[in-house]
Amino acid sequence: MSERTLLDKVWDAHAVRELPSGQTQLFIGLHLIHEVTSPQAFSELHEQGLPVRFPARTFATVDHIVPTDSQRRPLKDPLAEEMMVALERSCREHGIRLFDATSGRQGIVHVIGPELGLTQPGMTIACGDSHTSTHGALGAVAFGIGTSQVRDVLATQCLAVGRPRVRRIEVSGALAAGVYAKDVILSIIRRLGVKGGLGYAYEYAGAVIETMGIEERMTVCNMSIEGGARVGYVNPDETTVDYLRGREFAPQGAALTRARSFWRGMASDADAVYDDRVELDGSTLAPAVTWGINPGQSVAVDESIPRPEQAPEAERAGLAEALAHMDLRPGEPIAGTPIDVAFIGSCTNGRISDLREAAIVASKGRVAPGVRALVVPGSRAVALQAEAEGLTDVFRAAGFDWREPGCSMCLAMNPDKLVGRELCASSSNRNFKGRQGSPTGRTLLMSPAMVAAAALRGAVADVREIL
Amino acid sequence: MQSTPIERVCGRACVVRGDDIDTDRIIPARYLRCVTFDGIGEHAFEDDRRLAKGDHPFDEERFDGAGILVVGRNFGCGSSREHAPQSLMRRGFRAFVGGSFAEIFQGNCVALGLPCVTLADADLAALMDSVELDPTQEVVVDLASRRVTSRAGSAHADMPEGSRRQLLEGSWNATAVLLEAGDAIEATAARIPYVHGFAA
Ligand code: SF4
Repeated sequence: MSERTLLDKVWDAHAVRELPSGQTQLFIGLHLIHEVTSPQAFSELHEQGLPVRFPARTFATVDHIVPTDSQRRPLKDPLAEEMMVALERSCREHGIRLFDATSGRQGIVHVIGPELGLTQPGMTIACGDSHTSTHGALGAVAFGIGTSQVRDVLATQCLAVGRPRVRRIEVSGALAAGVYAKDVILSIIRRLGVKGGLGYAYEYAGAVIETMGIEERMTVCNMSIEGGARVGYVNPDETTVDYLRGREFAPQGAALTRARSFWRGMASDADAVYDDRVELDGSTLAPAVTWGINPGQSVAVDESIPRPEQAPEAERAGLAEALAHMDLRPGEPIAGTPIDVAFIGSCTNGRISDLREAAIVASKGRVAPGVRALVVPGSRAVALQAEAEGLTDVFRAAGFDWREPGCSMCLAMNPDKLVGRELCASSSNRNFKGRQGSPTGRTLLMSPAMVAAAALRGAVADVREIL
Repeated sequence: MQSTPIERVCGRACVVRGDDIDTDRIIPARYLRCVTFDGIGEHAFEDDRRLAKGDHPFDEERFDGAGILVVGRNFGCGSSREHAPQSLMRRGFRAFVGGSFAEIFQGNCVALGLPCVTLADADLAALMDSVELDPTQEVVVDLASRRVTSRAGSAHADMPEGSRRQLLEGSWNATAVLLEAGDAIEATAARIPYVHGFAA
């Protein structure tokens, strides 16, 4: 059969039935859970006397609430400890595999899924976290879901979902030095807007995406939701197969050979029909920095902060609100904006390739006086790899604080937080008001190399001048 | 486990203006440190309210007891946390009327039996003005006729058809509906090669 997208193929392979509502009952191949969005789902299962239907297809980890200074139990925060205990109990009761701090495999859920080879092409994946789209980097169709849907998946291994339309986003050309996957996705969101992807799955393609490694593709897919698209994916290719080869939960030997042909066969056909297409020239992209309070409000590092009066009428109030919160002056260059905190980590940019790029920059100087800089590996495996490669020493020597794996300062559920009006150069994915723990705190999103550059200069800096 | 059909939500309304109000603003992340949703309603919009020093609609007495929340565009964007609709539901809101809603937020609402309907820009602006002028009026969100009626008039209201039918038919508790598939679930699983480890 031809003319089908990956989304079509995955959908048809996993459809249990069409529901009277017009939605599809979709079988979920991999369910990932963490401590924050699952406890209420388990309680409801318990109340309704329902078992977990396919316990072997759910895997759990802890990431959002874990402190990054020490993971020693009991955790200092009694609420966090209670959540840990609840997850441990639920996993034990239902026979679900849990990767906790003692397992050597703990980390941010979207970092460990691919790393362990759990995430595979052609799968349907669900997780009670909106950045589940990350797993699309391997050619999976991955949905972020709410707690009621976590309950649905536990009880039935299925979701009731409407089939999204597919928009193909082709990034042609090649990226210049100092321009990274993060700049690609920030530029896409700037162009298509934070609600542009509503109702769509984004298929990322084109020379820039195809020459990316899997980790870079994850950075792009991760922020699909920031552009309003619940699902984002890249068609599986040999890079995908090579990435999975030898990983703990990936097929091996003859099974890998069979898997490979299934995986490659799930890629969109050359003549696939799309609901929409967008093209972007990757060669023209520059390092991106957000200046506002949503991820669509970004500029290139050599541009100036926009003036509300030059924006379309409908956007002016939003722009003014963002500028007021950020306390940035319209018309001024974004470069040179002083920062207080530098954060390298998160499921967007907390993988080994991110740390390598940031370490190249960090090796060229020292963290500016007065800047609090931290590096938080996305998982235990990333931490060990970084230590083995000497990256940890590079960061420490430059004055960065090296932490234990977790979500850390990406969101304010653990002790890592902004204080007061601090301004943070961050490699995470959200610059919403209050996201980093202080209602008046301010976040500038950028690539990890750009965060490192900002840490050294004490202000937003163009990483291309340092490399 | 059939859920209650929801055809209509009537009541007083409250207006929270602004586009792109994200889930971190609806419920700050620190209140996600909990194993039940009990008591979460108190913390809805907590940081916004504190920054507004009492000048937030949730702190205005005239909006007390409102059951319908009127919002702008892209409401509920950001995180998948069900804590967001849960906190609003536990404050007494039973329906949302807005310019547009983020997809996961809208889905989470349906799973709780809370309709999210959208109005055309002009109709939404008129509704907001009217409710702010007279918060004592009754607003009716009618899913069957797809209309929102207030003193500003009766306006066409949109909602994804699947979600509308789930609410109207009382099939919004998806777990119950999905369980009805019975063995078809296992049969589907058996056809998917990775579920059995690509065994020959
Ligand atoms: S790193 Fe941030 S975005 Fe990613 S899972 Fe953790 S909290 Fe969510």
